[in-house]
Amino acid sequence: MLRWASHSLIFLLAAPILLGTFIASLPAFGYFPPLGSSDFSVEAWRKLFDVPGLTRSVLISLISGVLTPLISLTLVFLYLASATGSKLDLWIRRLVSPLLSFPHAAAAFGLAFLIAPSGLFSRIISSGLTGWERPPDILIVNDTWGLSLLFGLIVKEVPFLLLMSLAALPQLQPRYRIEVARTLGYRPTIAWLKVIAPSLYPLVRLPVIAVIVFASATVDVALILGPTLPPTLSVRVLSWFNDPDLNLRFLAAAGSLLQLVVSLIAVAIWLVLEKLVGLLWRFWLAAGNRNTGESLAFVIGRGAMPTVLMVIAGSLLALLTNAFAGPWRFPSAAPSSWTIQHWANSLSDLSAPLFNTVLISVSSTLLALILVAATLESERQSGKGKSTVMWLLYLPLLIPQIVFLFGIIVLTEFAGWQANLSLVIFGHLLFVLPYVFLSFSEAYRQLDPRWTQVASTLGASQLKSFWQIRIPLLLAPILTALAIGMAISISLFLPTQLLGAGRITTITTEAVALTSGASRNLISVWAIVQLSLPIVGFMMALFIPKFIWRNRSGMIDTR
Amino acid sequence: MAQLRPSSPLIRIFLLFVLLPHSSLTTAQAIDVADWSALKQQARGQTVYFNAWGGEPRINSYLNWVAQTLEQRFDINLQHVKVADTGETVSKIVAERQAGNDTNGSIDLLWVNGENFAALKQNKLLFGPWAEEQPNFSLVNADRFPEMREDFTVPTDGLESPWTRSQLVFYHDSQWLVEPPQTIAAILDWSTSNPGEFTYPRPPAFLGSTFLKQAVLEISNNDPALFAPVTDDEFQRVTTALWDYLDALHPTLLRAGRYFPNSAAELRRLMGDGEISLALAFNPNEALLSVRTGELPDTVRTYVLQGGTIGNVSFLAIPYNAQHKAAAMITANFLLSIEAQARASDPNHMGSTTVISIEDLDASARQQFDSVSTDLAAASLEELSRKLQEPHPSWTPALERAWIQRYSAR
Repeated sequence: MLRWASHSLIFLLAAPILLGTFIASLPAFGYFPPLGSSDFSVEAWRKLFDVPGLTRSVLISLISGVLTPLISLTLVFLYLASATGSKLDLWIRRLVSPLLSFPHAAAAFGLAFLIAPSGLFSRIISSGLTGWERPPDILIVNDTWGLSLLFGLIVKEVPFLLLMSLAALPQLQPRYRIEVARTLGYRPTIAWLKVIAPSLYPLVRLPVIAVIVFASATVDVALILGPTLPPTLSVRVLSWFNDPDLNLRFLAAAGSLLQLVVSLIAVAIWLVLEKLVGLLWRFWLAAGNRNTGESLAFVIGRGAMPTVLMVIAGSLLALLTNAFAGPWRFPSAAPSSWTIQHWANSLSDLSAPLFNTVLISVSSTLLALILVAATLESERQSGKGKSTVMWLLYLPLLIPQIVFLFGIIVLTEFAGWQANLSLVIFGHLLFVLPYVFLSFSEAYRQLDPRWTQVASTLGASQLKSFWQIRIPLLLAPILTALAIGMAISISLFLPTQLLGAGRITTITTEAVALTSGASRNLISVWAIVQLSLPIVGFMMALFIPKFIWRNRSGMIDTR
Repeated sequence: MAQLRPSSPLIRIFLLFVLLPHSSLTTAQAIDVADWSALKQQARGQTVYFNAWGGEPRINSYLNWVAQTLEQRFDINLQHVKVADTGETVSKIVAERQAGNDTNGSIDLLWVNGENFAALKQNKLLFGPWAEEQPNFSLVNADRFPEMREDFTVPTDGLESPWTRSQLVFYHDSQWLVEPPQTIAAILDWSTSNPGEFTYPRPPAFLGSTFLKQAVLEISNNDPALFAPVTDDEFQRVTTALWDYLDALHPTLLRAGRYFPNSAAELRRLMGDGEISLALAFNPNEALLSVRTGELPDTVRTYVLQGGTIGNVSFLAIPYNAQHKAAAMITANFLLSIEAQARASDPNHMGSTTVISIEDLDASARQQFDSVSTDLAAASLEELSRKLQEPHPSWTPALERAWIQRYSAR
């Protein structure tokens, strides 16, 4: 009965993305009837490879695509190896979800002001240490090889991979494994790396690949932190697509296909690396070292996470100070006065985008949750276990947005559809679904089946036990999934902008529009509004169960 | 939920969901651009989607006021669709035409000039002529100011209505730079002895392209070829000296020319942070307005180069497939009124330069424009009268493409 749900779920996701990718690829080979061209040719590719600096653009996309997951995952594993069970760990586990909700663009903007030669960090050291009167002329943000872009991406992806690892860890029963290894004489960090890491990696492999695709194809972070001479491939594709000279659309189509290839090459490089590391690990395991490297791994692991946290906190601080700063000249470490003027100026402009943001994120996330819950329930009732086509769910994370969104746009233009809210909500649904599924499915599948059996024994129907037993028991994971889904929706820029034709404004699209003209103070105000919305969601996910179960201490403990 | 004003988001959402798919039913009305009272009738209840650059909060809040006023007086619902670059809007109109959408266009009014206007006019994508039928058109005194009928040398032919004036100005921080360079050549000399204190936005950002045009005009001594459509030979001949100039200038710029800011706003931030001492803007009041908000230090001064700087007028145009042409015209006419122009030129609101010929107004109307102050940070009116003509619009993309080819992948 519920099978329609899983089928429609997969159709909803796969059809537009595959169709979008297909349509977007046609103009790359010269086929685009709306522009009066219906002959296949490789002209667009010839032009693409003549674009100055293309190799550099591609290389930078590749580098950030491979190094971002490599460094982030190393840091996350070393951290888990060295800090599991410590006080630091308790702290960080509480922080990780809200950190994840820090939207990419806001984080990048805060980071840019933190590390720029005239930025917060430089201002703080100038007053006492360096005595600089004017900022040093060094290229940090927008550097030629994309190092600041890489840095920004790592800082954002570490919390994501940490959250994914923490979600997967319990099924490995890490405590018992470590105890066995310790009994055999392995030091704790080495023990974790030898007995947990090899089993944990396959469980977080998919999120890692999503990171590769995102890092190699990001637009918003690259616009703020990435190199400008030339920009990354994704940024160039977007500018070709928006050019008034429509002939550049052929170039844009070829470019977006090249983007897909670049992302796939980055994934391929990763798979080779994976094999190599696996081989090394096997030798290392067989060698039976119990101590070597313990202290180094311990220091990096314990040091990395607080460093990342401090950078994020610094970016947040940069945004907060700017949002309340009066005039603030270099090299003063603090503004000469504080003001709420920037907030007062934005107040009247906030209401409509805020309303749209909430409406879009709530409706797309609720739709996603209904589809995911129905899919999982049908999977449970049929008793068949995980369906093999479920990997299609992750398509929106595996194909760069810029590729299939353009295909969808061409489709809507051709069909003569007006940009409207339902189109935007649908677009958001594509991106929200995989995350809701990722975060909700484990909890749903792991819920003890005996609860439902007891309910059936007492004569409750499937439907009744679903509503009265499973849903209340799963209240906390449901709310967490909603909070994550809404956070994803709130941060989406490209789908909102393209599918809404600029008419449907959200906090994110307004914030990005302001970056082309507004003062840093005003942009900071919007960035703070943008990042506080998901935090409200996570707070509610945390406190609503505590409130509802305030007289049911057993319910809170089972979390 | 007690009161639902037509502008409330809920109503708008409702309109988007319910009315848009059917709105084609209402577009088939005949339009008589000369019958202004009939237009007012037709415009009632219409929504105008106005695609205009949305990066400047002052302009956005000015347009909010315009929307409220239009709502009260004409029952028109003005929606400012904020775009990052007018090129996107042009691309959208062309795409709609290619897709056969000739009556249900998603854009009713757009802010445009230069190569974007030229592209739209050449492809017959604009509605009109209508602009000179507006009751308020006489206020600009187009006979005395031919630039009201000429957009980058291309005749407007009544397809667009003047909105604001802009002029390239330079501004400097007098704390670090007391006597700023007065010519394009002097900028190179100064920058060579003071490396890292100047930069300009990366073309095709429009301020960057304007700097290129200013430089080529000055270096080539206003070569007449610049005012005719560009050809390969002329481009070679006229720009060789420009590339020599830029080759010499770039190593002396901020970050040794390995980085260029994305926009005028990023350039302004660099000035506010003390990274540079000399910058440029396309709104003569920009520095003054930013000093008032504290974004720039109060030591900043604005000036115009000795031989004058590029000035232009920007316009409002209506796409050929706009759904709400009557309301778009009423909106444009209101934006050209003394009331709207006076408010736009007030530095406390939008702070732009008016297109109205103030000398032709009577004393009481003229008074409304007095708020344009004689601030220290502003350029004097005498300086602003030194204006250079924009080159033919075909030069802009040619210069941008050549710049990208030469400098974007070093």
